[in-house]
Amino acid sequence: MNPATQSALIHGAVYGTIVCLAVLTSIAMGIWFERKFAGRMQSRIGPTYTGPVGLLQPVADVVKLLQKEDIIPRDADHALFNLAPPLAAIFSLAAAAVVPFSAKVISADLDVGVVYILGVGGLMVVPTFMAGWSSNNKFALLGGMRAIAQSVSYGVPLVLATMVPVVLAGSLSVSGIVDWQATHHWFAVWPILPGLPAFLLFYLAMLAESNRIPFDIPEAESELVAGITTEYTGAKFTLFYMAEYVHTMVGSAVAAALFFGGWDGPFAPGLHWMVLKTLLIFVSVYWVRWSLVRFRSDQLMDLCWKRLTPLGLGLVFLAAAFVQYWPGGAR
Amino acid sequence: MSAYVPMFLLFAVAATLVAAFFLLSTYMGPRNKGEPEHNTPYECGSESSGGRHIRLSAKFYLTAILFVVFDIEGVFLYPWAVKFRSLGLAGLVEMLGFLAVLVVGLVYVWKKGALEWEK
Repeated sequence: MNPATQSALIHGAVYGTIVCLAVLTSIAMGIWFERKFAGRMQSRIGPTYTGPVGLLQPVADVVKLLQKEDIIPRDADHALFNLAPPLAAIFSLAAAAVVPFSAKVISADLDVGVVYILGVGGLMVVPTFMAGWSSNNKFALLGGMRAIAQSVSYGVPLVLATMVPVVLAGSLSVSGIVDWQATHHWFAVWPILPGLPAFLLFYLAMLAESNRIPFDIPEAESELVAGITTEYTGAKFTLFYMAEYVHTMVGSAVAAALFFGGWDGPFAPGLHWMVLKTLLIFVSVYWVRWSLVRFRSDQLMDLCWKRLTPLGLGLVFLAAAFVQYWPGGAR
Repeated sequence: MSAYVPMFLLFAVAATLVAAFFLLSTYMGPRNKGEPEHNTPYECGSESSGGRHIRLSAKFYLTAILFVVFDIEGVFLYPWAVKFRSLGLAGLVEMLGFLAVLVVGLVYVWKKGALEWEK
């Protein structure tokens, strides 16, 4: 084994473990924070009993869920039914591989990082459909089909929004894009015209991809029970639930890296800035979640195809024109 | 190539964590006794009127086709986006042409009513 492969193996094992555990821990704390936050927004106080100020609530939740009976519905397709939740969890965690948490802390610094993120994010459609189809339940199937229609539709504006930083920085590597912003400007700040709208477009598409309110139509509980998770119990339900939060967390980290300069910031170490930015975006997702109600299906599709897609095409062109014509702008 | 090794290792770590979850739940959870009523499709407590054999609207398939068209376009745009600086004005003009064709396509499906969800 040559030294390069060996060091890549060690690096991969160490950073892979750190990144996975860090993301999962932050999810647990994120869930606690969300429940406190939602409680305060609704004049409640949220969890208080488990641990100091209810901090152990997520741990209690996971332990409770793991103790539940595993039910596989009659006539379900067993192989697909069992495979869907682990795949969802693995794909959502895998996207974290190329996120640079600081100049040094990055699990796999791929030079096609942006394409990798979009690709792995797009793979989430597969477990969604597997779960919807194999459950042998009409609510699950309808929820699955809605989720797929939504996430493939919003994949288009997502691709266009991520193209803006790629054009501006001239790189497909996430850490390359952050480096560029560290030496020039954060893209959400300058060039403000394709930059800030591109971030908002990315943000909306991210909410839709991770099925967050106001885009949580696939699990509209008043009509679809719980969408694709209707038939899932215990550990498998936990994995789907976890995948959703991981998706949001990694999406926030990617947004912070692509549009807000990632680890770039004064006074404090890079890691602190990256974590701060990621958490601020993550919190904003929950702020939106507990403030708004959900859209209708047709409004969702109209917004995507008739508003966001043309907007995205325009932004890509603006970004290219900026690089080409702004004197000394982004060269 | 060695940049891809850590990526696969992250997949492996994630898979291990998931496997640990399954294992824990197997030991901590009660057994499924396989009673016949227990495993019927969920339907809010009432008698199930059948599983997944329902008709789905064709608009889902239409959405999938539209996605393929517009996402492939995104894939074509990425190499251009990286190489844009060295292509200069010619690259900008050519991409403008490509985007124009796509916009014409979008206008066409719009006018055809393919984007109307309620119809």
